[in-house]
Amino acid sequence: MSLEKVKGIIIEQLGLEESMEIKRETSLMGDLEADSLDAVEIIMAIEDEFGIEIPDEAAEGFKNIGDIVDYVENNK
Amino acid sequence: MNYIKSVGIVGTGRALPDKIVTNKDLEQKVDTTDEWIRSRTGIGSRRVADENTATSDLATEAAKKALEDAGISVDEIDTIIVATVTPDMAFPSTACIVQKNLGADRAFAFDIGAACSGFVYALSVAENLIKGNMAKNALVIGAETLSKIINWEDRNTCVLFGDGAGAVVVKEVEEGYGIQGITLGSNGAKGEVLRQPAGGSRIPASIESVQNKLHFIAMDGNEVFKFAVRVMGQSSLETIKKSGLDLEDVDFFIPHQANIRIIDAAAKRLKLPKEKVYVNLHKYGNLSAASIPVALDEAVKEGKLQKGDNMVLVAFGGGLTWGSAVVKWSKEV
Ligand SMILES: CC(C)(COP(=O)(O)OP(=O)(O)OC[C@H]1O[C@@H](n2cnc3c(N)ncnc32)[C@H](O)[C@@H]1OP(=O)(O)O)[C@@H](O)C(=O)NCCC(=O)NCCS
Repeated sequence: MSLEKVKGIIIEQLGLEESMEIKRETSLMGDLEADSLDAVEIIMAIEDEFGIEIPDEAAEGFKNIGDIVDYVENNK
Repeated sequence: MNYIKSVGIVGTGRALPDKIVTNKDLEQKVDTTDEWIRSRTGIGSRRVADENTATSDLATEAAKKALEDAGISVDEIDTIIVATVTPDMAFPSTACIVQKNLGADRAFAFDIGAACSGFVYALSVAENLIKGNMAKNALVIGAETLSKIINWEDRNTCVLFGDGAGAVVVKEVEEGYGIQGITLGSNGAKGEVLRQPAGGSRIPASIESVQNKLHFIAMDGNEVFKFAVRVMGQSSLETIKKSGLDLEDVDFFIPHQANIRIIDAAAKRLKLPKEKVYVNLHKYGNLSAASIPVALDEAVKEGKLQKGDNMVLVAFGGGLTWGSAVVKWSKEV
């Protein structure tokens, strides 16, 4: 559930093709070529979508999409 | 019947130092690249004042042009308001120095400190001084020489800022035109994310304060970025609504020119097409309080504004502060 929403946000923010393969193991900056400000914007969009706040320390620990989804699941 | 004046902008002017510092020039000074700066900020170059030029010099030049553009003489100015974080000195105010330079003897003059939001704050003060019959003609200036408070060895900040000044003349305009609404806001609790720590009464200038580099701009870039994107959208929407307009009624958008990524993200949140968004930061970088009046003057001189156009001006900055204005352009072009 959260994975689908997070995927949608990433596709939208980075302007990717809908068909783009995004899995739990996908890394934003490694695989999707996002830069640090893209990452900030994605975090912001996720905060807005789920009504949560993701502190910088948490965000800096995210290695891949799975980490983001788990954080959202545990904090929403 | 209670008559409320319509107050608007009737003349604009700008002044920028001649010296251009490109990203390539900065590559020689700090560990950075043109590509990094362009992709993360949209900035390509900035203007830098020479050692003999202070903020009031740029402010005076911009003011003269705005007065000429408005067709208003120096003797008609009732008040001079300068928004700046880089005053010539703590006092006299930069506005008083501009008064002297212009010979605007009738005016009362003062500075406003609201960092990058300063111009919108000053515009609001001018509007209300005029509506309250304290002044007829106001000179509102945003002027900065940020190059003087930048640590040129810190790549996190030195690539972002530049020097310049923009001025506008504010007075009563045709009914229904001019300023339709202004919203201002502050969040002092978050002030530490963007500041110049020393040089005031908390940490007066000392050998240690200089050695510890406390007179330079200190910033948490990511925090400022998130704040900026959210507040630009929220504040603009609030003022648009307050002005009795809808988003579709906005013809022109002049955001504070800090970072193209902030502008793009805010414009996206407001669903504004690129053609309506004015951008000049590739040439000048972040001019703090001078950013919006310089951009406005350029846009006007480029013929981008028609009489009756609804324009949104929106800024954010240290404090933290933010502000936005909706102005129905009142000048024939
Ligand atoms: C400053 C800003 C562009 C930084 O963006 P960012 O990419 O998120 O930068 P980060 O601070 O996360 O830094 C990312 C990396 O780039 C590096 N970096 C910073 N400036 C650099 C530069 N000029 N050149 C090359 N690398 C730079 C950082 O050191 C960091 O490296 P590290 O990960 O090895 O430590 C961005 O945060 C911003 O614009 N914020 C708003 C600032 C603003 O507008 N202030 C004025 C408001 S009025």
